[in-house]
Amino acid sequence: MNSARDLILDDPGWLIAVKGLLVFVFCVLCTLMAIWFERRIVARMQLRLGPNRVGKFGLLQSLADGVKLALKEDLIPAAADKLVFIIAPIISATTCFMAFAVIPMSGPVKMFGQETAFQLTDIPVGVLYILSVASVGVYGIVLAGWSSGSTYPLLGGLRSSAQVISYEIAMGLSLVAVFLYAGSMSTIDIVDAQDQFWYAIVLFPSFIIYAISMVGETNRAPFDLAEAEGELVGGFHTEYSSLKFALFFLAEYVNIVGVSALATTLFLGGYHAPPGLGFTESWLGGWFTFIWFFIKVVLFFFVFVWLRGTLPRLRYDQFMQFGWKVLIPANVAWIMVVAVLRYFTLNGASRTSILIFGGAILVIFLMGSSLYERSKAKKGEVTASAVDAPAPYPVPELPMKISTFTVPRAERERE
Amino acid sequence: MNLASIVNNQTQTPEAVLFFILAPVMVLSALGMLVVKKAVHSALLLAVVMIGLAIFYIANEAPFLGIVQIVVYTGAVMMLFLFILMLVGVDSSDSLEETIKGQRISAVLGSVGVGFLLISLLSRAELGRAYAGLELVNGEGNVQAIAKTLFTRYVWAFEVISALLITAALGAMVLAHRERLLPRKSQRELAAERVRQSAIPVAGLPGPGTYALHNAVDIPALLPDGSPADSSVSKTIAARGELANPNTFRMNEKNEAGEE
Repeated sequence: MNSARDLILDDPGWLIAVKGLLVFVFCVLCTLMAIWFERRIVARMQLRLGPNRVGKFGLLQSLADGVKLALKEDLIPAAADKLVFIIAPIISATTCFMAFAVIPMSGPVKMFGQETAFQLTDIPVGVLYILSVASVGVYGIVLAGWSSGSTYPLLGGLRSSAQVISYEIAMGLSLVAVFLYAGSMSTIDIVDAQDQFWYAIVLFPSFIIYAISMVGETNRAPFDLAEAEGELVGGFHTEYSSLKFALFFLAEYVNIVGVSALATTLFLGGYHAPPGLGFTESWLGGWFTFIWFFIKVVLFFFVFVWLRGTLPRLRYDQFMQFGWKVLIPANVAWIMVVAVLRYFTLNGASRTSILIFGGAILVIFLMGSSLYERSKAKKGEVTASAVDAPAPYPVPELPMKISTFTVPRAERERE
Repeated sequence: MNLASIVNNQTQTPEAVLFFILAPVMVLSALGMLVVKKAVHSALLLAVVMIGLAIFYIANEAPFLGIVQIVVYTGAVMMLFLFILMLVGVDSSDSLEETIKGQRISAVLGSVGVGFLLISLLSRAELGRAYAGLELVNGEGNVQAIAKTLFTRYVWAFEVISALLITAALGAMVLAHRERLLPRKSQRELAAERVRQSAIPVAGLPGPGTYALHNAVDIPALLPDGSPADSSVSKTIAARGELANPNTFRMNEKNEAGEE
């Protein structure tokens, strides 16, 4: 039944090696282009032009920057723990690539005369594997912060690891609904299960929570508290320079592409064409599916850039509260609803009874939320009156009268 | 059937290669974990052992167990350890002095004894029945098989353990909990308080020469009532006695008034 999986499992050794290389090259090229794309888009949003000097449209800007970065002096602080200081960026940069091993990037295609699919391997716990790799990747950040031997990196490392761990929970929970519907944790099965409806529509709340937590997971604006310039200089990589810094940079962008690719796989139907465009999937000998996959990833990346260009950074406690007190409970409630619905569907309940159940849940949810809003509004009144009317700021009196007329308060309010 | 003979019969070449590369790494890191001085290095080496173990699980066709090993132990438990250790600081290392007399010798003797006991027991261990084989157990998929065993046969044990864990987490929260006597101040209230109470003006100190006719560094700013603001000039300049008299730079009417 599953032709793509059989094709992958039949790959000869040399093809696996070639695919591994291709995935690596894809990630690195994506990073180079992503940096350029981000700078150009953010520039547009701020009414600037962005890099446009090196190469056509400035396309080679990040390559030039990379060369410059590599030629800079590589400093290791005297207070640093030297070995860990060197290992940390290596951990970061290697783990981020590993997640791509299980991402299906195309349907069945011909590659060097072999029938296969552009996916390195398929394991029955593919999505969990990505989560586990991400959790090892956190070590890179934590160790970088600790081994630098100075305060700001340590705080940045602590912050970012706390952040990544908290948002990984929300992320993992939002995947549960997908597993329930697809009946599998393998990425190929999940993509195949979406041939009718994308899970972004069927499991909309999960999709939204995943989209939020993936921004938190990758330490990106507006959740980039780990590198808050105003508070922590550069965060965990303050002490890093030259190639080691470049590795962190690379890891950040590969991670963004990685979570975007995972979102594409889990919620946007992976390499499949959007509904109604299914005939395009056989174009270019099946390679057109890769183009669909790539377009979806770029869309996600564009949202990342859009967020960065639009939103101010959150305060740390607000951010953590949002993760633990909003995202996770909402997710758990949603999973219970999904599980019950799924149980009924699998046991052959009629469509009407499922619709009635779903409607009842919706009504309860709306009632609960409106009650909550009301109680909050009442509380708000109380606190507003308590803090009301702060005393005027202590401004020294002016030697001469500047304004000769004062509008009575009552009149001003009437206007 | 003896465990050793099972291992000998069934190990294939790729698995043997994996074993002979990974096993020394794991043993060395486990030993290193005991020997190194810094606690963070110990934690890292332990993480290496855990990841190695996970790779062995995966190689033995237990992918779910292997991945969960990494997510739970390496990703969560070890990370929390590391968290605490990091706060201790980069230069701290454990003191190697014995606090209890004869502790080291008794520890070595005890652990060697336990080790011998374990080895002798394990080498003579028998399953007591023919093993089912991976093909049968993993027939409908590794994840499905584990889920079925966990939620049918061992569901009671599973629920009891989860209750225990939740109790532990709640206990920790109760122990660390502190009743608030006063409501926590919001950011807005704190800001208003800072403005009202602070000795330093919110907008910062006035620059030298503000409102005066000259803005050189040695000329104090004039307050709105015309008196010099001492805080606007660097203390060093004041100590050197190079402070200019602000009265000479006052506005004309005031100047004239001063001369009269």
